[in-house]
Amino acid sequence: MIDWPLVSVIIFLPLIGALIILFIKEDELTSINIKWAALLTTLGTFILSLILWLQFDYSNPSYQYEEKFRWFDDFNFFYHVGVDGISLFMILLSTFLTPLCILASWNNIKKRVKEYMLSFLFLETVMIGMFASIDILLFYIFFEAVLIPMYLIIGIWGGNRRIYASFKFFLYTLLGSVLMLIAIIVMYRNTSSMSIEFLQGNYFSYNTQLFLWLAFFASFAVKIPMWPFHTWLPDAHVEAPTAGSVILAGVLLKMGGYGFIRFSLGMLPEATEFFIPLIMTLSIVAIVYTSLVALAQTDIKKLIAYSSVAHMGIVTIGIFLVNQQGLEGAMMQMISHGLVSAALFLCVGVIYDRMHTREIEFYGGLVQRMPLYATVFMIFMLGSVGLPGTSGFIGEFLVIVGAFKVSSYVVIGAAFGIILSAIYMLYLYKRIIFGTITNNKLADILDINTREKIILIPLAISVILLGIFPNLFLDPMRLSLELIITNYEIANAK
Amino acid sequence: MLNNIYNIFFIPEIFLACSSFVCLLFGLFLKKNAFRQTSNLAVFVLLLTILLVYNDSESNFANYKSLFSHSSFINFFKILALLGSIASIIISKDYFLGIKLKNFEIPVLFLFSTLGMMLMIASNNLMSMYLAIELQSLSLYVAAAIKRDSISSAESGVKYFILGALSSGILLYGFSLIYGFSGSMNFDDISFYLSKYDNLNLGLIFGLVFVMVGLAFKVSAVPFHMWTPDVYEGAPNSITGFFAIVPKIAAVALIYRFCLVPFENFYLEWSQIILFLSIASMFLGAIAAIAQSNIKRLLAYSSIGHIGYILIALVAANDDGIKAASIYMFSYMIMNVAIFAILLSLKVKNEYLINISDLKGLSKSNPIVSLSISIIMLSMAGIPPFIGFFGKFYVFIAAIEQELYVLSVLGVLASVISAFYYLRIIKIMYFDESKSEGIINFKISFQSKIILFLSLFLIICFIFYPSLLINISASLTI
Repeated sequence: MIDWPLVSVIIFLPLIGALIILFIKEDELTSINIKWAALLTTLGTFILSLILWLQFDYSNPSYQYEEKFRWFDDFNFFYHVGVDGISLFMILLSTFLTPLCILASWNNIKKRVKEYMLSFLFLETVMIGMFASIDILLFYIFFEAVLIPMYLIIGIWGGNRRIYASFKFFLYTLLGSVLMLIAIIVMYRNTSSMSIEFLQGNYFSYNTQLFLWLAFFASFAVKIPMWPFHTWLPDAHVEAPTAGSVILAGVLLKMGGYGFIRFSLGMLPEATEFFIPLIMTLSIVAIVYTSLVALAQTDIKKLIAYSSVAHMGIVTIGIFLVNQQGLEGAMMQMISHGLVSAALFLCVGVIYDRMHTREIEFYGGLVQRMPLYATVFMIFMLGSVGLPGTSGFIGEFLVIVGAFKVSSYVVIGAAFGIILSAIYMLYLYKRIIFGTITNNKLADILDINTREKIILIPLAISVILLGIFPNLFLDPMRLSLELIITNYEIANAK
Repeated sequence: MLNNIYNIFFIPEIFLACSSFVCLLFGLFLKKNAFRQTSNLAVFVLLLTILLVYNDSESNFANYKSLFSHSSFINFFKILALLGSIASIIISKDYFLGIKLKNFEIPVLFLFSTLGMMLMIASNNLMSMYLAIELQSLSLYVAAAIKRDSISSAESGVKYFILGALSSGILLYGFSLIYGFSGSMNFDDISFYLSKYDNLNLGLIFGLVFVMVGLAFKVSAVPFHMWTPDVYEGAPNSITGFFAIVPKIAAVALIYRFCLVPFENFYLEWSQIILFLSIASMFLGAIAAIAQSNIKRLLAYSSIGHIGYILIALVAANDDGIKAASIYMFSYMIMNVAIFAILLSLKVKNEYLINISDLKGLSKSNPIVSLSISIIMLSMAGIPPFIGFFGKFYVFIAAIEQELYVLSVLGVLASVISAFYYLRIIKIMYFDESKSEGIINFKISFQSKIILFLSLFLIICFIFYPSLLINISASLTI
């Protein structure tokens, strides 16, 4: 094992990079240095996080690489970080996507490059920190601190309605998360502990659990987002710059799912049992409703944003099935969605950079001019639809298998959603890529360049890798998920 | 023990009183640079007073036991008030010179008002409390109206004076009722007398309510807040800074002591009042600030909102509450010092900044200043990892310890509303495109820079080493 604080280094390396960038004076010539500094930092973080995976002990269900320091003298609040099977891939997802985001903004961010890179590096630190926290308050601090860089990214570098979108994003998610703060304090008051590890169990009376559950639900349901709390998402996605959408879809939405697994399932099992019908109903409504809404969109980004809500519906179903297949499916779906939707947003970014519009009507027949682009887009589109062989299939399949054990109504809902997702994605693909070029402006559009290849090809490879060798990802998380399920069943068997 | 007559001068209050007179004479006989020199002397005097307060031992107060009390809580708040007034004198020096308001009386007025605040915080007797409040307020009335040729300054001074006098009248009437029905003016005696009864009689309840009204006026809690935005707006910016930073500290300490010492056994009676004041202040502070275009009015409403949170900790009325209040007050002070240090150095077209919309484009011309303002705003909104978050966090810990769930939820909801207007400032600086660049100019003196740097450092770095402040505040006893 590694005897130096690997997790802390991974968390704070981007911040150190940010501090270095802070002292680079920005002008025309040096902005390239800033970009390189940011890219190298994030790549370094990614490589370190790969060590995390390589050295990971698959037979250990609890936290590894733990670091624990007393922080506040007056109550049991520790700087306590570590990684288990559930957070491992969330961290990898964050560290994998951030360098791609930096690359994706290489040329299209022209104003305030320094602030942009600072925001992204700070964002990476808080994202990783959040997934690695084993202390609830630490988790909360990172969870809320995410809002600051994201608010700036949407607000400064976003589209026309960016101000509306950034405020909506910030206030909506803040409203959810402040209730979680109250819940955290109530938990602390009842148990005198803030350790996520310790609180995995059943420590609260039934009524307390119900209230705590609702408070956590408020923050995670907004974050993930579940219907009807999803309205901030299309706005934020559409207005955010490409890289902002990528992080938003790729990582920030997973914070909700991660929170549900850790907090709702792990700490409040009895309340979860009580609220399962609610979650299932909302999820099925989300899947069907947002899929239908996606079908009607004219803006590509908005369509993908709504598809995210639908995919997250599958995730919440998977999580709240609380069985091995369901949870594994949910985790796979989260990782897959993190890659696929991020890639789709990057694909949209590619044509947006060239044409500066996201209207579906505008495009058509891109395959004639951009064969490579059409190919990678197809991989991601099929991944989103859930074609066997791609990552999307594993998640959806496992969730449906798990759902059969619980209720066939849920299966019908989920399957219906999956069919709808095939419809809107294929329809989108047909309209943008196939056919002949009808719009003269597209006549000399260029295919993806080297930089874009560097961004999209690793994503395409990992989508297929995930689809063909799911065990590579499922094995490390299996025991951690089993632990949660066992705790849950013990608590509810009483 | 006062076995030596000279020791009397080492009692911080007496030292400060004497030194204030020295400052006054010093300024009076100085031919040139009177304002600057007097300010420097005032800062020096306040620093010495901090040392004296820090080393103050209980024996010094032996002779004043019936009038003043002595505890760690009192000392903490005294030091906080002294630090606040040092900071505000330093950051306002250049502003006064800039607007050619060079009356050497200003630092002297600040000194007298600080003296009044120290006495307020320490007072253990209705009479000394009233006199201290008056000393503090009268200095501030004059300070608000110090810019004599400006109508708005005079108006704010008069407004403050009339409303302040009214509230003092109500306060005094409350005192007389309490004295009449309990037979004593001393806090401890009142407490002892009241401990014999299960519930308060009508006269005492009336007295309590009147006193609460008067104190609510002093801390500017809703619905007795009306003067705050107007006075903040009318007074010269640096006086506003002083208003925002220092008197609140003393008034909060006083309201804590008044509720928790003489009336400690009648929690139910006063907590209802405080509960209402708290909820009303949080929400009004949050909602009314949204519509403001003047930065000083906005900060006035923001301070009203902050008072609401501090009063939550008072409703909790436990050790955690005292701890929370001192942490919150500390964070409130440094956040206000930081924001005023910036505001007093920002000029738009050679006028000091008033309109929030003038901040437009600041992020381009002064990226570091706008970053600092953003950090202060996020901290005020209570977003981690800045100190403002921990202030709120401790307040909610105290509230939940007392099972005040509804109050806590209302508190966090109000904080979400208030986040909107703090974010609006960031939005104006960063998101709005400015057409005219270079009209904002930021010039800050070396001393103010140190103050600004220190306060920003505390705002950002509190999270790395919280134990120092937290251990101090945890050890406070009322």
